[in-house]
Amino acid sequence: MTTPQELVERALALSSADACVVLADDASSANLRFAGNTLTTNGVAHSTRLTVISMSGRGVGVVSRSAVRPDGLADVVAAADAAARAAQPAEDARELVSGVPASASWDEPVPPTGIEVFEGFAPALGEAFSAAESGGRRLYGFAEHTLTSTFLGTSTGLRLRHDQPTGRLQLNAKSADLKRSAWAGVSTHDFTDVDVAALDAGLARRLDWAKTRVDLPAGRYETLLPPAAMADLMVYLFWSAGARDAVDGRSVFAKPGGGTRVGERLASMPVTLSSDPAADGVACAPFVTAHASSRQSSVFDNGLPLAATDWIREGRLESLLQTRYSAELSGLPVTPAIDNLIMRGPGDGRSLEEMIASTRHGLLVTCLWYIREVDPQTLLLTGLTRDGVYLVEHGEVVGEVNNFRFNESPVDLLGRLSEVGRSHQTLPREWSDYFTRTVMPAVRVPDFNMSTVSQAS
Amino acid sequence: MRQIDSDFLALPLRRLADAALQRARDLGAEHADFRLERVRAETLSLYDARLEGAADADDLGYAVRVVKDGTWGFAAGVDLTPEAVARVAEQAVRVARVSAPINREPVELAPEPVHEATWVSSYEIDPFDVAQADKVALLADWSAGLLKGADHVSARLLQVKEQKFYADTAGTTTTQQRVRVHPSLNAMKASQSGFDDMSTIAPPVGRGYEYLTGTQWDWQAELAALPLHLEEKLAAPSIEAGDYDLVIDPSNLWLTIHESIGHATELDRALGYEAAYAGTSFATFDQLGELVYGSPLMNVTGDRTVEHGLATVGYDDEGVRGQTFDIVRDGVLVGYQLDRRMAMMKGFGRSNGCAFADSPGHTPIQRMANVSLQPAQDGPATDELIAGVERGLYIVGDKSWSIDMQRYNFQFTGQRAYRISHGKLAGQVRDFAYQATTTDFWQSMEAVGGPGTYVLGGAFNCGKGQPGQVAPVSHGCPSALFRNVRILNTVQEGGK
Repeated sequence: MTTPQELVERALALSSADACVVLADDASSANLRFAGNTLTTNGVAHSTRLTVISMSGRGVGVVSRSAVRPDGLADVVAAADAAARAAQPAEDARELVSGVPASASWDEPVPPTGIEVFEGFAPALGEAFSAAESGGRRLYGFAEHTLTSTFLGTSTGLRLRHDQPTGRLQLNAKSADLKRSAWAGVSTHDFTDVDVAALDAGLARRLDWAKTRVDLPAGRYETLLPPAAMADLMVYLFWSAGARDAVDGRSVFAKPGGGTRVGERLASMPVTLSSDPAADGVACAPFVTAHASSRQSSVFDNGLPLAATDWIREGRLESLLQTRYSAELSGLPVTPAIDNLIMRGPGDGRSLEEMIASTRHGLLVTCLWYIREVDPQTLLLTGLTRDGVYLVEHGEVVGEVNNFRFNESPVDLLGRLSEVGRSHQTLPREWSDYFTRTVMPAVRVPDFNMSTVSQAS
Repeated sequence: MRQIDSDFLALPLRRLADAALQRARDLGAEHADFRLERVRAETLSLYDARLEGAADADDLGYAVRVVKDGTWGFAAGVDLTPEAVARVAEQAVRVARVSAPINREPVELAPEPVHEATWVSSYEIDPFDVAQADKVALLADWSAGLLKGADHVSARLLQVKEQKFYADTAGTTTTQQRVRVHPSLNAMKASQSGFDDMSTIAPPVGRGYEYLTGTQWDWQAELAALPLHLEEKLAAPSIEAGDYDLVIDPSNLWLTIHESIGHATELDRALGYEAAYAGTSFATFDQLGELVYGSPLMNVTGDRTVEHGLATVGYDDEGVRGQTFDIVRDGVLVGYQLDRRMAMMKGFGRSNGCAFADSPGHTPIQRMANVSLQPAQDGPATDELIAGVERGLYIVGDKSWSIDMQRYNFQFTGQRAYRISHGKLAGQVRDFAYQATTTDFWQSMEAVGGPGTYVLGGAFNCGKGQPGQVAPVSHGCPSALFRNVRILNTVQEGGK
């Protein structure tokens, strides 16, 4: 079978356009899904995708095909070249990136993942099912391992490669009557570091907390949001931080009357929200890969090196998601999106357990769910609490509270933080299908808006 | 009637299926199915009448699914040779073996008659036969018109052609092709009080490019009115929070049906298979035939058969023929959406055909049929519903949506809401959201519009399952009247 590297080289050679970018993605995955202490579905998959981006003058044509064989390559390239010639000028058209040294691993073969990645994990999960069964619990969840190798070649000489392994386990324990629920999520490189028994024990402890039930009405409560909940809120903020939308006056980061809010203080505490492709434990692609242009990405930026970027620095808005084109529009530095997100407060911060111990009266949330935008002007979001809201009294968890629907803006919330805890690598509950690499702190919010009670348990 | 594209039929479909199924049989699988599919998808995005992004993708591959010693095994590949397909069948059996230690419920499938069939959806013009430049020119023309009354205009056209070949060890073989399109435009404008936007309410449909150029939707009228709607919204007063009677237009109500009925009556959710992710359902299996879901006027069906429906197929991804079935009759829960395993497990005898996989790389799971609220045969027109309201809102177009993991508590906004005063519309209001508990909401439904108010709405991208899958689905409904629903002021909710 033709290698991705060969497809990239042949496609570049076949293109008759003024310039050309070729992306070859080779993805393999394995997964196990389970519910009620038994398997429900599983699978392994392998796919390949070739994306040819041709430029003719300022026109661009993009054609993406899966499983391209050598005898079909010329048609794909010809289609992209023709689309480029027929296209109207693209606003984001720029010279292609050049001068970036080739990746040292360019010529190495693709290392696929497979069902074998679970050979140690699956029996441990089976034992956890047995333990849960005897403890009156039911386990639900999903384990997935993917490995995507991306090869980027351009007519300006770039030859860049990135191998991205992504593993995640979501474990949800419920009481036998399904009235009590607890959740834990972890990111992993290869599942050898996942201790299912320990995760299950932690969930069992939380289900015990929930044996005492306290009904509370809607209202504003002092609330501890753990790292997973903060990850979901901050990822949404990150996705909403496009410079083009801010310049056009259509986002929470637009300054009334024109311009952006870069430089404005957003957070009451000196928190920093950043991304870094080389960050330990959450490393990601160190160069731009754009399969299509949008307001937050440009195919002309493919291969642009990515560097550590502060989005919010010590409480002030520092950067927005940029293409080279939007950077010119906004007059700000070129700071493209990066596939991880890290939030840290001042100093080392306390652990979540220490934050609980110092709480006189408040709520401890496990995670948030079904988060959707209500108002883009303020980035007001709505959503639900899920898998355990606990009442904390005088430093101890005293029982489980009903779930709530919240209405909150993550931007407004940053301005009301009263404590930022220690940061940990965590898995977003809602957005982990799209964004898994996050490092977040627990935070204390003095007046989180629980808008209404949800009967869900 | 359209035919299946010859280049798809020219693939070695039968030869590959035979190789996969024979290898699975040789390895002792009790059941095996082979699905080869090609999904062509093109997205065009314009901003301020200029092409912003164009993505033209073609996903071709196949999957082998087996039941081996009572355990599922699934594997997918892309190499279209009998040897490679046989290796993928071996992988599927291996996946079943590795998974066996965590399987405690042997898989059995409800029987289905053997089918040998070809099916093509109802459309006239294949959108992939239309030059991209022509499609961009039409969207640019529409955008330019809107820009006369807006600061910025976004336009998007989603087009999908899905081709599937399915064969299983029972002898069923189906070959299908369907097409769907979703054009949408959004106009945004700033004022001294902030900014706002307004989107078209034309639904996505199981039609071809004729939807943009023919008479199925009055694009000229909608595009002409959009800037005026936006202008009025920007100048509108903020809603006073409280309880209101609501007349909900089908362009908004379809999404409420989707979230609070469609997902709540998926049997996999009711049985807990989605408990860790999409969630479960308050409509638990023990309440089948007894749960009072809504008022006696509430009649909801599921179907995979309605012409131009986004979930319409000839046969599902387990070889089950598309059907129509009752979900809520006279306000009472009477049915669920099923796949073959759940149909067998719960004694239904036969699946009602709701298995779907969104790509060759994903396993079929139970996905939503076209779930629709039936109109009243002699029911009122929308303005007659409005005439019956003293103090209320008329809500048009969908926007923000959220519902909890058991489908109790929901909150929706819309493109626009008009105040109703003494039976007449009295101008738009802003900053509204309606919030309710599912059964309270549907039990508050006092009147259902007639067939003249019925519209088939829907979405291209309903998400469910792990690994995540998206499915297209339509929901038909009439206008309807609901009494005393809680309305929020979203600015106040934001603490302002």
